[in-house]
Order: sequence, then structure tokens, then C-alpha cells
Amino acid sequence: MPRRVYLDNNATTPLLPEVLEAMRPYFGECFGNASSIHHHGQETRAAVERARESVASMLGCRASEIVFTSGGTEADNLAIFGLTCSGRASAGDHVITSTIEHHAVLNACKHLAAQGCEVTYIPVDGRGLVDPDDVKRAIRPNTKLITIMLANNETGVLQPVAEIGKIAAEADVYFHSDAVQAAGKIAIDVNKIGCDLLTISGHKIHGPQGVGALYVRKGTQLEPMLYGGSHERSRRAGTEYVPGIVGLGKAAELAVTGLERGDDRRMTAERDRLERELLTVEATGLNGADSNGELAPRVPNTTNIYFDGIEGEALVIALDLKGLAVSTGAACSSGAIEPSHVLTAMGLRHDRAKASIRFSLGKQNTPEDVDFALGLLPETVAHLRELSPVWPNKVLSR
Amino acid sequence: MLPAETIVVAMSGGVDSSTVAAMLRAEGRTVIGLTMQLWNQRRLAGHEGMPESVQGRCCSIDDVYDARRVAESLGVPYYVVNHEERFERDVVRPFVEEYLAGRTPIPCSLCNNHLKFDQLLIVAQQIGADKIATGHYAQVAFDEARNRWLLKRPADKSKDQTYFLFGLKQEQLTRTLFPLGSMTKPEVRELARKHKLVIAEKPDSQEICFVPGGDYKRFLEAYLSEQGNSPTEVGGEMVGGEMVTTDGKVIGEHAGIHNFTVGQRKGLGVATGSPLYVIQIKNDTRQVVVGKDEELYSRTLRAHRVNLISMAELREPMRVAVKIRHKHQPAPAMIESAGPEEVRVTFDEPQRALTPGQAAVFYDGDIVVGGGWIENALP
Repeated sequence: MPRRVYLDNNATTPLLPEVLEAMRPYFGECFGNASSIHHHGQETRAAVERARESVASMLGCRASEIVFTSGGTEADNLAIFGLTCSGRASAGDHVITSTIEHHAVLNACKHLAAQGCEVTYIPVDGRGLVDPDDVKRAIRPNTKLITIMLANNETGVLQPVAEIGKIAAEADVYFHSDAVQAAGKIAIDVNKIGCDLLTISGHKIHGPQGVGALYVRKGTQLEPMLYGGSHERSRRAGTEYVPGIVGLGKAAELAVTGLERGDDRRMTAERDRLERELLTVEATGLNGADSNGELAPRVPNTTNIYFDGIEGEALVIALDLKGLAVSTGAACSSGAIEPSHVLTAMGLRHDRAKASIRFSLGKQNTPEDVDFALGLLPETVAHLRELSPVWPNKVLSR
Repeated sequence: MLPAETIVVAMSGGVDSSTVAAMLRAEGRTVIGLTMQLWNQRRLAGHEGMPESVQGRCCSIDDVYDARRVAESLGVPYYVVNHEERFERDVVRPFVEEYLAGRTPIPCSLCNNHLKFDQLLIVAQQIGADKIATGHYAQVAFDEARNRWLLKRPADKSKDQTYFLFGLKQEQLTRTLFPLGSMTKPEVRELARKHKLVIAEKPDSQEICFVPGGDYKRFLEAYLSEQGNSPTEVGGEMVGGEMVTTDGKVIGEHAGIHNFTVGQRKGLGVATGSPLYVIQIKNDTRQVVVGKDEELYSRTLRAHRVNLISMAELREPMRVAVKIRHKHQPAPAMIESAGPEEVRVTFDEPQRALTPGQAAVFYDGDIVVGGGWIENALP
């Protein structure tokens, strides 16, 4: 087997061994339905509630404010549709979001628009940042919800959510933030952010796929999307996915202790080293850098770099065949790659957006993994450029 | 590093290309499967006369799914590459523009020239492959005497796809494998079954991949309306015009020259005593000229943007057999140079419906001499 290095942790992260261990009993002997009265149910109910406390502790909220879902997408959809479409909302409602949201938010808003809701998409600047003043100006009397992400999945850029939270509070408008890419990478406190709703996902924090959570501030009127039993305080019907919830709880605990231990500083150092050395390759650059080369604040694990003259898609395939997993843009249903809406929103030229690669580190990555990437990138990029019909500076070696 | 002689197989999810992947894998070659995502089948859904749910052949999620399953079962790496922009620019737009100019295009040839044996070949080399292999029925061989790569008709003449491959250049042929060239279709299916490929019983595709149900008029109207045109006005110009007879008499009107093709009989919208056929489509005056069947025959045509394969240039007139549409039986003819990349074709016997926009492909026995695009029939 060739060596494989995984630097695509914003797509998903490997399950930590401790998380798997925590989950294991709930695939086996602890199988009860958490709603059951008997011993079996009590056992899993206790596990679910412990996990809820762990997640609440990571986000600085009360356990009763956590709703478990099937993942980030469902949590985003529940936040958006729960506040707007479900009965209480009328066609005249207004929602504010940004151009760089994840498709779980963007396409939910698109659906709202098709139902007669008005949607304002706040643009970003060249650094990938939303301007809070733009959000403030976009507020109207009928604005029901502001939904702006905490950290962007492609650039890692942290949005000024605390300022947006203040603006939302002053205007008395609900504020939701998709924090899927921020959780576990930076400390999150829903009260400092001032949001009413916040999304996290298990598999982005070294927990399992298929589970996520929505923070819902006490008192927030949220209509469910799924109707059934009274699970999750009637906000999300359906028997709890106990092993997944337990895994999410454990992953949240480990995320908190990791941050207390300084994991983020080590990760920043490795990310910065990767970035610094990749930038020594000819005709490359950091997406989001301003004219002084300065970047907006970012999560510690993500960097997004363009390699002029190449198709990012071909580079991703070439690197994968050599054992390095990275990504570009968002994968569509067929697995083909479309130009990133995030980079395009930042004003990148079309060809440069398509020549961009996202590297995202995880807790499992070692300095040797970064060395492996640094060993492969320059020669692979050079080979692609040599064969590119649009790269002018070919070495005339033949 | 990858071992030498790595081959990219262009996988469509169909029987032919899947079998190619299985064959090369069985030979012990290093194989990488690639599928080109060329067209979004949902894009025109619900547009002007298109059904809400369009089930076209090419690049549908089902086909990608099939290709992925085959690759997985063979244990070969597999990727989808997106070339939608290039496909629209180099295949779909020219397809639409040719119809609007009164010609009858062949998008498959354009796709071969600009996508499969160009973009895909580049990606293949970029990711470390030496060659690409496709499921086309054709043969490629190096000829020592001529010092050239030759394109030849396949063993199964009923599946011959060389008509769509006349645009291949020497450097493309050098890097291309057609492993099915020596096989018949039933043999290919048998082999697919032997390899237990999940798509072994999948029906063949015939139509133009991006045109659902083969209804090109409906596609044109949907595409034009998506681009902000009305069915009667394109780019601010009316597309309708007069229907005239070969002796110049106006006998009616038509809604757009793109609705016609040379030799067409049905759907002319005029009723006369004897059957009428489209003889000529005049781009400049937007007139559709109709006449009797015998008026469709001509002996001479001019082909332009000619690509020669078996020889570098056509120095002197040459006797060949010429195919003027995919299902045409190659007819004996003389070809001679008529300028740079231009060839005049003179058939021994007049041929029916020499159609501008179609290809004229020249054969010397099984060898493809070359081919070009039919510019016009000459009197």
C-alpha cells in the first residue's frame, strides 16, 4: 500500500479512537430506545443527556438548548425553516444571508425564495469577509432571520459574528450561525456571539458522520420539520441515534480539552509552515490575501492556495494517485467539481478559482504529513503546467 | 511514481468503455477510469417544451454511477472531470449555430476533436497516464512505410465509428487505444458478461448524448430560450423566411431555417401534388429551397477544415470511397486539393443529399485517408 496522507479535514475528519470506544457499547449491549421506561431505555437516555451536556459545555449554553439532528445540513435547515416557513411565516418574510454560505444554508434560502420569501445575499470583500454594516443596512421591518456562518469551509475565514449578533439583537431579529467549520478549531461561546441558533456537525470534529446539533436559545419559537413523537422537546421527532449522539458528545469533550491543551496553536504552526513553503512555488498565492499579503482571521487548520496555469481538478486527481488527499471547490452529485462559489464571491478570476486547492489539517496530522505534501506539490504542479495549454512559461527542455 | 504505461479509460458507464477497462485491467495494465461531465441534464428541464424531468443519456447521474461501480468492481481508481464549459463552447454552441446557419452539424465529431482527444488526453497525461483508451469501434496502427499512425475501420463494420474520428491528429493517435477495434459488438457483450460487469446488459445508446429523445428541434428551442431568445427571433434577427421552389417560385413561409435539413420531406408545411424535399437551405436569404427527389442528387462537393491522417498532404488527385453521413455506404470518388485544408470530392455517381455541416470522410479500403466538413454541394 502506498502511503496515504489526508489533508481534507474540512470535508470530514477521521473518528478519534476514544470516540469509537465511547460509541461501541451503544452498538452492542446498550441498545435501548432512549424513550423507553425500562432499564434499557434509562441507560441510553442517560447517555444521550450526558452527550447533550458535553455539547452544551462546548458551546457555552444549557443542555436544554441543544437539539440533536442527523447532521449539519439538517440543523441548518431546521434553523431556517423552523423560524420561517413552518406555518408562522408568510410570503412577505425577509431573510439575510451571505454569498459564501454552505449549500445547506444557500439552497435552503433558495427554497424560501421560491416560496415567496425575500432573501438578501450579503457579499464578501476580497478577503472573504462579510461587512457587519452591510448586514445592518439590509435589515427591514419584515426581516425574520439573519443566517451568517462562523467559519467558511473553503477559506477558513472567521466572520464577524459577534458584531452581527449585536446588530441582530438591537433589531430584534433572530440570528443563526453555521459553525460546522469552526467547532473544535476555536472556542465557541453562543453568548459571546449573541446568536439564537448555531449549527455543529459530528464528523467535522473527529466524531461520527450522521449526527449534528442545533443550539436553540431558550425562548426561541421553532417549528419542527419532522412530525412524530415528542423527542428533543418536540423540536425533532424520531428515535435518537444513540451511538452517534454519544460519539458527538465525546468528540465535543475532546475538542474542548484539545483547545485547552493548545492543539490549535500547534495546528496553526503546521498550517503556516505548509502555506509558507507552498508559496515559494512559482505563480502561487493565498486566496483572500489583501494587497499587503494580510489575511482575515481564520481557523487554524485551513489554507486555500491558487496555482496559476493548472486545473485544480487535475491536480487533486494527480495528488490522490500519489497518496495525498486534498480538495478543490465543492463536489457535486456526480463527484465532478464546479468552480467554487466562495472564491468567485471573493472576486477571484474564474481561471484562478479553478486553479485553487484547499488544504485542511486535522488532529491526526503530523509534521511528517505536511512534509509529505510539501514533497509532492512542487513537482506535481510543475508537471501539470508543462502539459497545460494555457501555461506560457514552459521549460524548453525538449 | 506510477508504473510505466498507465492508461486512462474514458468511461461512460456503457458496455463498450466498461469492457475496455476490464480488458486492459486483465492484461495487467495500470488503469485509471475517468468520466467527463459534459452537460447538466437538468439544465434545460422545464424550459420551452422540455419535460420537467429530462432523462438524457450523457453525464446523467445514473451513468456516472454505473461507471463508478464498474471501476470499483475492477479495482481501478476512478474520477469524474468536469468539462461542461468547454463542451458548451466547443460542441453545444457550434451545434446550435450550425443549425441557425442552415447546416446539419455532427456534435460527436466536435466532441471527439475538442474534448475526448484533446482535454481528456491532456488531463490523462497530467495525472500520469501515457495513453487514453476509449470504447470506440475503430482501429489505430502505426505504419512503418508511411511513418504515420493510421486510423482504420473496425472488424465490426456495422459499428464503425471512424466517421466521427476523422479529425484525429497524429499526436492524438499516438496516444490513443481502441481495444474494441478487432471485436464485434456481440463479442464485447459476451466479454462484459464474462467479466461480470454490472452493465453487461445495458442497452446501447444511439442518440446525441445531450439531446433528450433525439428531438433536436426541442433542444434548440429550449437552449435558445434559456439564452434569452424567442423561437422566432435569435439575437434580434428573425429566423423565419420564405419557402421557394428550385425555379424561384415562393410557395410559402417557414418559422426558421434551423428546422430543416437537406433531403427532409416531412414537416415542410406546404402541400403540393408531388412529394417535395428540401434541396438547399440558403443562410443569407433564409430561404428554404424545395424540389423533387431527383434534384437532390449532385456529383461534387467541397469539404473544408480537412484533416488528413494517412498522408501529410494531398499532392495529386486520389481515388477513394467517400462517406457523407454516418449511415451512408461509402461511394467511389476522386478527391483533389482545392486549397489549404480544402478538398474537392467528385463522385463517380451522383449522391443524394450532400448536406452542409456533415462530414465527408475519405476511405482507402479500411484506411481512413482523412476527412473534412461539407461546405457545399457544387453544381
